[in-house]
Amino acid sequence: MATEVKVTANFQKLVGGQRAVFANGSTVSELLEDLEATYPGFKENIIVDGQLHRFVNIYLNDEDIRFLSKLDTRLEEGDIVSILPALAGGA
Amino acid sequence: MLFSSILDAIGNTPLVELRSFNAKPGIRLFAKLEGQNPTGSLKDRIALYMIRAAEESGELTRGKVILEPTSGNTGISLALVALVKGYKLLCVLPDNVTRERELLLRSYGADVVYAKGAASTNDAIFLAQQMLAEEPDRYYMPYQYGNPNNPRAHYETTAEEIIRDLPQVDVFVAGLGTGGTLTGVGRRLKEHNPAIKVVAAAPHPGDLVQGLRSLEEGFIPPVLDETILDGRIVVDSRNSFAATKELLEKEGIFSGISSGAVLATAQRVADRIGEGNVVALLADGGWKYLSTDLWTKTYDELAPELVEGKVWW
Repeated sequence: MATEVKVTANFQKLVGGQRAVFANGSTVSELLEDLEATYPGFKENIIVDGQLHRFVNIYLNDEDIRFLSKLDTRLEEGDIVSILPALAGGA
Repeated sequence: MLFSSILDAIGNTPLVELRSFNAKPGIRLFAKLEGQNPTGSLKDRIALYMIRAAEESGELTRGKVILEPTSGNTGISLALVALVKGYKLLCVLPDNVTRERELLLRSYGADVVYAKGAASTNDAIFLAQQMLAEEPDRYYMPYQYGNPNNPRAHYETTAEEIIRDLPQVDVFVAGLGTGGTLTGVGRRLKEHNPAIKVVAAAPHPGDLVQGLRSLEEGFIPPVLDETILDGRIVVDSRNSFAATKELLEKEGIFSGISSGAVLATAQRVADRIGEGNVVALLADGGWKYLSTDLWTKTYDELAPELVEGKVWW
């Protein structure tokens, strides 16, 4: 099952400059492993000591996986995963 | 209502039911209209709290310039408080904010510097911190992203008003900027009823945003207590604009663009729960966004560089 992964500026250079790539996996963790296999070095920018990097937010469709099942969050057919940097919000 | 100062008119904003958004029986959606504050945003609350606390602690003394990184709303609120209390204010803005904000700041007598090439509020924060480090005796920086009086203002005022007006709240939704609203209101609401869910609406930075030079420049505001949150939903500009427009067309409520994101998030949450009261905090009115043509054009008529990667709250 291929899942579309949308990546913003900082992460695009890790996947050959593309805005979106497809990868396989039934969980977010498996998806990141598959991306690592295609783009070596990808995962070390996203995962630190087995945890999601604190300045990286991964969204399943539009929901932050930190409030779902984190890296074990399950993926369904047609899901879109977005990887975004943590930025200061306007205020 | 008789007040002895405009500062006393801060807070006590209306909580209005959005009847046309109540999609299914058992769900009621309410909007807290923070645009009804004196400068038109919720930031009046924290500006007053932060400045009053700094006066009391002695950090802010006569002759010091108040310095603050802001994308607009907090600066405008600080400008009001500074004007009434007789301080000078210097705001550090990212250079991708709407024109109205600089005009408003200057109208209230504040000075403005831009963090050039700023892709986000991050760079405005770093520049303000650098300016403070260089001349620590000249400036007092409230620093809304790290000032405990930011969430305290919402804990003591915003949340109390919600509980007073609607004792049965099931979900609270607000936009994520400094995290002060979600942390302060969320903490107080959960003390009132631990079952209340607190959900953040976060802006999607968009494809055109430059992002960070490196991931290590990422930023999580110190005042944000993520343990208060039960969920975070990211909303892009297109959906935020659509909901902002819908809110005016259906309910006659003229709000800022983050309010559209908050409303879209509240509807998502409402779809998921069987019944209950959902409170959406709408941070500001639409006045500061008129130059975007949001209400007079369709989204696709707007130039991408005008809508993508802009700071909307």
